[in-house]
Parts: sequence; C-alpha cells; structure tokens
Amino acid sequence: MSELALTLVRLAFLGLLWLFVLLTIFVLRRDLRQPAETRPTGRPRQPKAPKPAKVARQAKVRGTKLVVTEGPLTGTVIPLNTAQVTIGRAPDSTVVIEDDYASSRHARVYPSEGAWLVEDLGSTNGTWINRTRITTPTVLPVGVPLRVGRTTLQLQR
Amino acid sequence: MSVGSPQVARRQPSRRSAELLLLGCAWSLGVLSTLQVGWATGEGTPSRLWVTVGVVGALALVMHLVVRLKARYADPVLLPVATLLTILGLVMIYRIDVASAQRAERNSAPQPTPDVYAQLTWFAIAVVLFVAVLILVNDHRRLQRYTYSFGLLGLILLVLPLAPIIGTTVNGATLWVRIGGFSFQPAEAAKILLTLFFAGYLVVKRDSLALVRSKFLGLGFPQIRDLGPLIIAWVVSLGVLVFERDLGTSLLFFGLFITMLYIATQRRSWLILGSIFFTIGALLAYQFFEHVRNRVSVWLDPWSYADTSGYQIVQSLYGFANGGIMGAGLGQGFPNFVPFANTDFIVAAIGEELGLTGMFALLLLYAVLIERGLRTAVSVRDSFGQLLAAGLSITLALQVFVIVGGVTRLIPLTGLTTPFLSYGGSSLVANWVIVALLLRISDRARRPEIYQIDADDALTQVVRRL
Repeated sequence: MSELALTLVRLAFLGLLWLFVLLTIFVLRRDLRQPAETRPTGRPRQPKAPKPAKVARQAKVRGTKLVVTEGPLTGTVIPLNTAQVTIGRAPDSTVVIEDDYASSRHARVYPSEGAWLVEDLGSTNGTWINRTRITTPTVLPVGVPLRVGRTTLQLQR
Repeated sequence: MSVGSPQVARRQPSRRSAELLLLGCAWSLGVLSTLQVGWATGEGTPSRLWVTVGVVGALALVMHLVVRLKARYADPVLLPVATLLTILGLVMIYRIDVASAQRAERNSAPQPTPDVYAQLTWFAIAVVLFVAVLILVNDHRRLQRYTYSFGLLGLILLVLPLAPIIGTTVNGATLWVRIGGFSFQPAEAAKILLTLFFAGYLVVKRDSLALVRSKFLGLGFPQIRDLGPLIIAWVVSLGVLVFERDLGTSLLFFGLFITMLYIATQRRSWLILGSIFFTIGALLAYQFFEHVRNRVSVWLDPWSYADTSGYQIVQSLYGFANGGIMGAGLGQGFPNFVPFANTDFIVAAIGEELGLTGMFALLLLYAVLIERGLRTAVSVRDSFGQLLAAGLSITLALQVFVIVGGVTRLIPLTGLTTPFLSYGGSSLVANWVIVALLLRISDRARRPEIYQIDADDALTQVVRRL
C-alpha cells in the first residue's frame, strides 16, 4: 500500500475517533435537554397558546406548606419553597421531633418534577403515607396524612 | 408512538437506540483500525480477522440486549465508551503481537504466542460477568445488606497473594494468585468489594464522621476516636506497599477511601488529614524501601538510568516524541521497544501510533466515562447508590491518572493497569463489572419511577400481605 494511502487512512482513523467522541457528547447534550423538552409532549400540541403563568406555577409546585396535625409539635407550619425538608430526631433536621418512635434521620420531603416527594431514610419504624409504608420515594398528595413516629404531617396548599 | 406503550416510556425515552448506534460506530472503528494495522505492517488482512471482529460484535450486541432488557433506562454512553476502549485495547495488543512476531522472525527466534486471543477470551468472560451482575443485582440497594461481608472478602482477597502456596511474585510485586494453571490478581476484585464496603459503611457512619469537634485554621476537624477508620485504611495500604510491593494498588486504595470519605461527609478536613497521612506514608516508604526510592529517582531523572531501571520510561518518552501531534499511524511505530508494551505501557504505544490527537481522544473517552459515573452518583436518590457510583467512578479515575501520569512522567511510575486497554484478564473483568454496576445504578437513577399512592384508594386499602 502506498505511502499516501497509508497517511490518508491514518488521518481518517483519527478523524473517526474524534467523530465518535463528538457523537458521544452529542448524545449527552440531547440527554441534558431531555426533561425540559419531553415533558410537554404527552399532551396534544397547542402551538400558539401560552399558558397563564399562574396555572404553570400551580402545576409546578403543589402544596406550599407542611403542617403538623398530630404529635408534640401540633400546629407547627413549615413553609415549603425549593429546599428539601428533613424530619428526624437529629438536631440538624428541619423538623426536629422528640419522639422515641422516630429515628434520628427519619425521612425527607423534597420537590421533584412539580410534586413533593417523601423518602424514608432507613428509619426503624417506617414512614407512612396514609396506611401505606413507603419503600421508595413517593409522591405526597395534598391533604393526605404523612406519619413519622407519633407525628402526623400534612401537605397543604 | 403506539397506544399500548406505558405513560412512563413517553416521558423518559430510554435512549437505547443511541447506545446501539454508538456501539456500531465503536465496532466499525475497531474493524478499520485492525485493517489499518494489517496494511501498514505489511501483514495484509489478518488471517482470523472476520472471526475476531464477529466475536467482538456479538459480545457487544449481547451486552446491549441485556441492558435493553434488564436496565432499560441506563445511561446510553457508558456501554459504548467502555466497549470502544476495550476494542482499542484489543487492536493495540494485536498490533504489538504483530511487532513481536516480526521481530522474532528477523532474529530467527521462535514465534511468540499472540496475546490478543487470550485477551479476547477474557473479554468474553468479562461479558459473562457483566450479564450476570445485571441479572443478579436487580436493585443495587440490596448490596448494602452485605456491607461487612464484602469488606471482609475484600481484605482477604487483598492479602491472598501473600498466602504461601498460591501467591506468586512477578517482577518483584507479589500480587498474583496461581491456582492450577490459572492466575489472577485478586486486588482487582478487592477494589470493587472494598468500594461496596466503603459505600455501605460510610452511609451508616457518615453522621459521626461529619461531626466537628475542634476548629483549627478555619476548618473543622473530627474528634480523635473518629480517626480510627482513616488510620486502618492507611495501615492497610501501607501493608500492601510493604508486603506486596505494589505501589499502585496501595495508592489506589488510600485515594479511594479518602475521596469517598470526603464525598460522604463533605468535610474538607478529611482531605487535609488524608494528605498529611499520605505525605507521612510516602516519606516513610521513601526512607525504608529501596524500590520506592528507585522509582522516585527514575522519575526525577530517567536519562541517568536510561540503560537500566529507567529504560522503560525513556523508551516510552521516545515513543511519545516519535508520535508527535498526529501520530506515526497504526502499525507504523515501534511500540515494542518499550518492555511490557501491552500491559503497563499500552498508553505509550497508543501515544506513539495515534499521537497527541489520539491521546486526547482517548483521555476524553475516559473523562466521559467518569463524568457519566459521577453524574449517576448525583442523580440517584439513595445515599448508598450515590456513594457507590461515586466510588466506582473514582476508582476508574484514579487508575487512569496513576498510570497515564506514570507513563508520561508526571508522577513516579507505579504498576497499575490502564482500565479496559491493558492486556490482563483480572483487570478487564473487574472494570467491566464496574461498568455493569454503574449501569445498574444509572438505570435506577434515570428510571421515571415515582410511585403514586392514590389518595382515595389508599384510605380504603387493606394492609398488604407480604
């Protein structure tokens, strides 16, 4: 094989190697845009109807405060914004509950994709939404009791 | 979009087709480079070319299908990038085989056995383990149950090469175990097991390890009794260095532990303490061990030892220089001037034949692989998964840094394998298991799984029987 052809093949290989790298990055770039891009596709297209801002916000975060309805802290209101809320006996929790039935890091409530999710952090007695003990991050609907030890909390609008 | 497809599938595409496309590209690159080696070395089309590329393609396809079935939402680039690295490794090993065969012919010495088929066999074994991990480990969180068993097993594997009959010393480092005709490096498996152990252990203990008891220079330092695990990790890695004479593994374990401690507690003081311990250990090792001193002096001035202990590194540097920006071209360099060109110094061979351009592409591939692992760690919801994914990515990152840094004379040379590229079964298999675990965690992280309890339904729900 001639010198020229070998050089061409050599440069072509380097080019293709870089093409692969760029292709990988392209796939990743599409991946980053994914959540914003694909969420509305479930609905029929409404090209020129901008959604009212109010509706959009309501859809985005349902529930604005967490209210303690039972237990020693009854009546406490925890305003929810964008940060997660941790519940447990540990002094650095957002909601510190003095309760022998709660673990030091019991559960956390955090926003995700327009809803508030509850995750049990490996507590001994479990975190309950209604009468269901949760094992995976679970959506906390508005007005449904969330039980941690002897404390009950509720998400309110 | 078909009517029957579930809601979730529409919200989050699985990206498996992108993965298949990238795998196809990786495979084609492999075929092209193999042909190029054949043309450039004058060997013509390699005799078993189509069988080999067929086997590699089939293995890649099997992995893709298993991921499609078992980890549908896993990251789309992890598998293709790791596959391309493995394929590049195979091509490079084949290229060095050709060089060795030609040299043997010139010297009318007996033909050496080619290594590429052995490596291909190891790749097949790696794929079997990859599939087994994805099928057996349905949920990575279940691994947390065996935290201490993994830790114990990891430690046993780490000291196994010191066992009297089965342990074997190769080139001064005692890190092989030989049972029958079959030998492997248990440290490679230990690296995964200990990452699993660190993740499980730190998830439970991180609260006490993050506690700040005293402040010094604006940084909070933990209390003395919490230093226990750090000291144990330090002693174990020093032990590996002293008794097995393996600088690389020792560095890898200590670095891994410190980084995971830092990720778990988010306290910079651990990094500082770790660096202090590292410095003490390094100074002690330098004082007391001839082989460490030797490595350092070769690192500082390889040219004085160009004919003896510095021969390897000097040849490797000549190789990089010969490669230049665009590389000598596959099959047109002299990679086997460097002893152990297909294991420790495979990066030097690639640097020579693909040049700086190829090296950057290679390092970017590693960067993408590690970034995807860390991204998985950030996005997965459970703490164990976060630590595990971060730890596994850090393992890969440290290996790449230590070996590429060593070969390019940035840091003293230590014998670690280059992940996926180097000739060596244990390392290849272990790194593929790491990829399988990362895919499993990233499937969990990206799966659109938000379990919805319907309010009305739940109120009337009967207690579920288990």
